[in-house]
Amino acid sequence: MRPKRISKEKKCILILVLIVAILCFLFLFLGLTTKNINYFFPRRLRKVLAVFLASYCVGYSAVSFQTITNNKILTPSIIGLDSLYLFLQTLIVFFFGQAGASKLTGLPNYLLSIGLMVLCSFFLFLGMLKGNSKNLYFMVLAGTIFGGLFSGLASFMQALMDPNEFSHVQGKMFASFNQMNTDLLFISIAIVVVIAIVARRDFSKLNALGLGQAGAISLGVPYRRTVFRTLMYIAILTAVSTALVGPITFLGILVVSIARNLVSTYRHEIRVPVAVLLGALALLGGLFFVERILHHSTQISVVINFIGGCYFIYLMLKEGKS
Amino acid sequence: MIKTRGLTKAYGNKKVVDDISITIPKNKLIAFVGSNGAGKSTLLSLIGRILDRSSGECHIDEKEVKEWSNRDLAKRLSILSQTNHLNIRLTVHELVQFGRFPYSQGRLTKEDDKKVAEAISYMGIDAIKDRYLDELSGGQRQMAYIAMLLAQDTEYVFLDEPLNNLDMKHSVQIMKILTKMVKELGKTVMVVIHDINFVSCYADYIIAMKDGKIVANGPREEVMNPQMLQKVFGMEIKVEEIGGNNICLYYT
Amino acid sequence: MKKRIVFIIILIIASFLSIMLGAQDFSLREALVIGSADYQLLIYSRIPRLLAVLVTGAGLSISGKIMQTMTGNRFVSPTTAGTMEWCRLGILLSILFFGGQSMMTKMMFAFIIALFGSLLFVQLLQKIPLKSPVMVPLIGLMLGNVVSSLTAYISFRYDLVQNISSWLQGNFSLVVKGRYELLYLGIPFVILAYLYAKKFTIAGMGESFAKNLGLNYRLITIIGFVIVAFLASIITVSVGSIAFLGLIIPNIVSIYYGDDLKHTLFDTALLGGTFLLFCDILSRIIVYPYEISVNVIVSVLGGAIFLFLLFQKNKEGGTV
Repeated sequence: MRPKRISKEKKCILILVLIVAILCFLFLFLGLTTKNINYFFPRRLRKVLAVFLASYCVGYSAVSFQTITNNKILTPSIIGLDSLYLFLQTLIVFFFGQAGASKLTGLPNYLLSIGLMVLCSFFLFLGMLKGNSKNLYFMVLAGTIFGGLFSGLASFMQALMDPNEFSHVQGKMFASFNQMNTDLLFISIAIVVVIAIVARRDFSKLNALGLGQAGAISLGVPYRRTVFRTLMYIAILTAVSTALVGPITFLGILVVSIARNLVSTYRHEIRVPVAVLLGALALLGGLFFVERILHHSTQISVVINFIGGCYFIYLMLKEGKS
Repeated sequence: MIKTRGLTKAYGNKKVVDDISITIPKNKLIAFVGSNGAGKSTLLSLIGRILDRSSGECHIDEKEVKEWSNRDLAKRLSILSQTNHLNIRLTVHELVQFGRFPYSQGRLTKEDDKKVAEAISYMGIDAIKDRYLDELSGGQRQMAYIAMLLAQDTEYVFLDEPLNNLDMKHSVQIMKILTKMVKELGKTVMVVIHDINFVSCYADYIIAMKDGKIVANGPREEVMNPQMLQKVFGMEIKVEEIGGNNICLYYT
Repeated sequence: MKKRIVFIIILIIASFLSIMLGAQDFSLREALVIGSADYQLLIYSRIPRLLAVLVTGAGLSISGKIMQTMTGNRFVSPTTAGTMEWCRLGILLSILFFGGQSMMTKMMFAFIIALFGSLLFVQLLQKIPLKSPVMVPLIGLMLGNVVSSLTAYISFRYDLVQNISSWLQGNFSLVVKGRYELLYLGIPFVILAYLYAKKFTIAGMGESFAKNLGLNYRLITIIGFVIVAFLASIITVSVGSIAFLGLIIPNIVSIYYGDDLKHTLFDTALLGGTFLLFCDILSRIIVYPYEISVNVIVSVLGGAIFLFLLFQKNKEGGTV
């Protein structure tokens, strides 16, 4: 290990932590007075918690997905996990009707959605990894097609719904940090923390996967099991974050690409935190910008995609010059 | 000891490895020879469990490969496959550290660090250990990969065409190291090689394949004769003794 | 070769069906009388629709195939290069500025914006070291993100979200005379794609491989993307986006015919056109006399067929 490179990675994480902390501080305390503190502060705090939750989900999923697929432009959204979620939501409304669906809010709906999602992805991944299909191309392509199938079916059912029911589904199609249920927030935090702890133990195996399938197997990594497990973590995290704040997978490609540009290491112990911090930075910055400067005149995904995309292209151009 | 029974790998109707039953001797440098597409690499990959077999059995030290835990088997058997294109950027030292993965699962102990350092100096690549793999020559990179296998410290070491695209100096260097690994460290090294003269000069034991089957199998002296070679390669190959080694002349 | 003939026959039958099918009564005998109502229907609606479907199917599949071959990545499609996002922006701007003008004017304007975007993309590629072919779609994705956020922002400000999404639904029922002629512009690019097919395949094998054969790697790459961008812009502006098509058809073709564009481009175009026509017919039958978006049919049916083929191949144990 060369000490110089380690310090560069640590420095990067440190700077990111610092920026995120400042953003947190600004977001929490800017504009607070003794009068509105009781109203604003708990709300803001909840949003900040949700931001960290979502950024962990996106950061971990995007980085580990690229590792197991060995492909730098894929994120879990390609295998349609968020389409699956929307499809399930549409299905619930479709079968129970709007009345049934609105009864199914809060905890029951949350648990049902996540349970269904985990169940579906379990069989999906099992099918994909079965037989002699150690072939990743096959797996990802099948996932992509399933994703397309789900979103196709969802929009087909949406077309058949009546407008009221449709608007119920539509509300779940966009990322939003405004309408969150506090109970859900704490359950989500519990789930994500548990996953984060167990997923952490697989980081070294993911590192070894960087040597390719044959290389990893030769080192004794249980390849199929590791890939399957990682995919399941990704499915659960996607379900949790989507249920809480809506689809935010758009963030994935951004954080994972910028993270790779900032620290070029194979080690997930570093790559995942950097991606997560970048996600938190983007979400907090985006929220701050949208709420305080643009006064809710646009969605957060718009701001993040615009600034993040420009930044990425700038990074690439800079690399081209040097 | 490695023992296979009826080992088969089929793609559709095409059997690439066809019903192979063989016992592979221990503590020898074993060379797999045969024309392109004879099934050498596939057989090696099947035994090295990086490829799933279609049918048959494969025992390593009296235990079926499937019954071994991944981690324990990785302490017993290591395999270096032919394509080693990496998507990640690693230094030589980082690569060699991966060899200790089966023992420490990525959290290196003092013992591991020692083994890594030993492996690097055994290969004589201390000077380049902080260089990135993609900055190295093909020969240097191959040395780094073999250092990783050394660090993994397994009894069985499989290498799929390790001399591919290497110059004579590196090829000889690598073959000498493989010989040393057998003699000094008591390992069993199985290697796919195309250059028949490297086989003739360094291997102890030869397994010759053709069309997914084994056509010859025995100590070097038994296999290295024109009749056998004709059977394996389908061409006339003269064998002459030069400086104590049997050298094949096939440049007609 | 046999498969090809079968597909051509299917295509002819499907074309005939497509012409006969519709909410209005239609008889071919009547239509042959120039000036009759059925004749008008044929000329103004049914034939334009058929042609639009065929050009769209072939064009999107070809551009998907070119993209996948050149980048060596099977998961890219014309959408990945950001072309669709530019089209959306173009459409938005044309609604904003040329709201009162004719459809053709709006479409031309949107097309020009999309072209501008593609040229900007190519310009960016010139300035960025293309360490690996993956960089191309990645940059396209990012640029596309930036553009689509811009579009989202403007359309949200001016309350045009619905107008745009309805335009881009991938709908052939709006294709009538005067609304699809832009698609003819795609034909020269399809021909160009044919002329360069071999070179794209070589470029897909890597820069050094291409240079060794005396090809200008950068130039070929850029020509390839320009063709893809043109085809995709023309199609998106005219009939909307059917993103999935450009992904699955090339993958199906490469399972059966491999990746040499010179040999597969015709089959790609044929399969793409036939498949889309089939989907279009289905989309008109299922809830007759209404129509559902062909996009939905393509993703559901195409997805199902493709998965079936994939599992079939996988069972045989071949490397897909």
